[in-house]
Amino acid sequence: MAKVTFDENLCKGCGLCVGACPKKIVKLKTEINIKGYHPAHVEDQSACIGCAFCATMCPDCVITVEK
Amino acid sequence: MSDKVLMKGNEALAEAAIMAGCRHYFGYPITPQTEVAAYMSKRMPKINGVFLQAESEIAAINMVIGVASTGKRVMTSSSSPGISLKSEGISYLAGCDLPALIVNVQRGGPGLGGIQPSQADYFHATRGAGHGDFHLLVLAPASVQEMVNLTFKAFDLAEKYRMPAMILSDGTMGQMMEPVSLDAGEIHEYDKSWALTGTKCERKPNIINSLCLQPEELERLNVERYERYKIVERDEVMYEEYMMDDADVCIVAFGVAARVSQNAIDKARAAGIKVGMIRPITLWPFPKKVLLDTADRVKAFISVELSMGQLIEDIELATRCKKPVLLCSRVGGMIPSTDNVLDKIKEADKIGGAN
Amino acid sequence: MATVFSKPEALTDAPLHYCPGCTHGIIHRLVAEAIDELGVRGRTIGVASVGCSVFTYNYFNCDMVQAAHGRAPAVATGVKRSDPNNIVFTYQGDGDLAAIGTAETVHSAARGENITVIFVNNAIYGMTGGQMAPTTLPGQVTQTSPYGRDVNTVGYPVKVCEMLSKVDGATYLERVAVNNVKNVRAAKAAIKKAFQNQIEGKGFSLIEVLSTCPTNWGMTPDKALGWLEENMIPYYPLGVYKDKYAESEVK
Repeated sequence: MAKVTFDENLCKGCGLCVGACPKKIVKLKTEINIKGYHPAHVEDQSACIGCAFCATMCPDCVITVEK
Repeated sequence: MSDKVLMKGNEALAEAAIMAGCRHYFGYPITPQTEVAAYMSKRMPKINGVFLQAESEIAAINMVIGVASTGKRVMTSSSSPGISLKSEGISYLAGCDLPALIVNVQRGGPGLGGIQPSQADYFHATRGAGHGDFHLLVLAPASVQEMVNLTFKAFDLAEKYRMPAMILSDGTMGQMMEPVSLDAGEIHEYDKSWALTGTKCERKPNIINSLCLQPEELERLNVERYERYKIVERDEVMYEEYMMDDADVCIVAFGVAARVSQNAIDKARAAGIKVGMIRPITLWPFPKKVLLDTADRVKAFISVELSMGQLIEDIELATRCKKPVLLCSRVGGMIPSTDNVLDKIKEADKIGGAN
Repeated sequence: MATVFSKPEALTDAPLHYCPGCTHGIIHRLVAEAIDELGVRGRTIGVASVGCSVFTYNYFNCDMVQAAHGRAPAVATGVKRSDPNNIVFTYQGDGDLAAIGTAETVHSAARGENITVIFVNNAIYGMTGGQMAPTTLPGQVTQTSPYGRDVNTVGYPVKVCEMLSKVDGATYLERVAVNNVKNVRAAKAAIKKAFQNQIEGKGFSLIEVLSTCPTNWGMTPDKALGWLEENMIPYYPLGVYKDKYAESEVK
């Protein structure tokens, strides 16, 4: 059981987390955040394995991972 | 008052810096200030201080910035071409509001110039020691004793006003030997809460910085700094008057030029000419008020300087050109002789008849 | 549930100003993690440089001084010599460290200054809009090498780790990259070691981090990671270039 949270308003939508996720569950939203970017998020939390690959590649410390 | 010892100007300055609490010296070899570095290299290791010969003048001034950021007394010394190289760092010191001491034992320029005494860095010191709007405290010793006293003073004022200070000396002052008293006097403690000492995880980080991309904010910082400069100009002007009580002609000169002028004044007085001298000790802040007041009671000024006419501009500005200002100058490492100055005194004395 | 990944304490809450996907942010985090894990934040003093990383003084949650272009190692020398108990690091880009500040870099290494240098190599001047850097690759197009870097007229890139490996005073030199998770983890270990060396008084450590500049390279952040791997790593091989305290010589 793992949980990944995105501080979406800090996200610049660069997508490095999307490419890093081994489960391919990180996606960019179609909506925009207060900065005008499409923030990253995870829809299917249950599929998260808590590997923190997404957070490791995030340049903006947007992601917190709990396990 | 401690006993007097016979010392060379450069070495007296170095020892004074140590007595003032300076434990960090960074420099680069250049004539004619080498004695300062050599002295520091001998003394610092024995008092748990740091002497470091940097890879360049540029590195040396930036090492100074590093120590100054931590709130400790620090200095560098060089001669004219080296001071040009330090100019970037001097601007950063001013922009970061950091105290530090820079010693310029001037030599003839421009370019590599020569290695004999000069005062041709007057403009550089008082106007343009780097980019941007700022001032340095500029102190000009005219004796070995003043090399000592003004070094104490420079460290004190630099910390008091959080700005860099410069001792503007020259090859003559540096090499001259005179008996001096090395009495340090009182060292004042100033607020150093801005210094980088590590947060100990107990306070917010301190940041030493000169970057500011918001024009309104950068303007405010400049205006604030100049408010501080106004206080310096009001409270810290230093000068010495010599035989000015009844003078018709007023010589303005600093450093070695003042020493020569004093001899010329004595000779002129013996010949019945009423001449005196105002010797600026602080070149910035410049003794504007006394010169303006003096302009009402003398018929002419003479600027005696080892430069092509730099000090003369400040005299003209301070006196608002109320009276003629004659120039008596030698350059390139040459020093005006007593007779050079005496001739100029006689020329000035002929202006406008009796005052 | 326990937190397995969150923002380190040695970073402030200020949002980073870097372009989307710029890996400066990852490197900032790695430095901050190292500071936290070694428990030295309260006695760490950072030296910011000039370039994209000029604002690092807003991001690291420790005392900071902002140095003139290229002068960070000299400023760090002063800070460290003032109080050798403090942990002093510089964070510099390639233009700052390998062009205008080459002398300061080489001589701080030669003196064996007990400092940690984080050298971010993204093969371009980012802050000023993508000009040719001392580390720009042969043939690489930049704003000031519009026909590609011609080594016959402007010479070759400077390989900092290789150059400094011949400097006796240097203690630890390693080149790492932040283009994938595995390399980021290796970069973290290298950066931590560079700080650990300083804590142990071992002398000058420099970690060269190959980084991306999606904006000035003109590609998406994802493509930039690929470009780094395909173009930069072959020219700037990863690895330890010097470890004075290693048991055996590392080639």
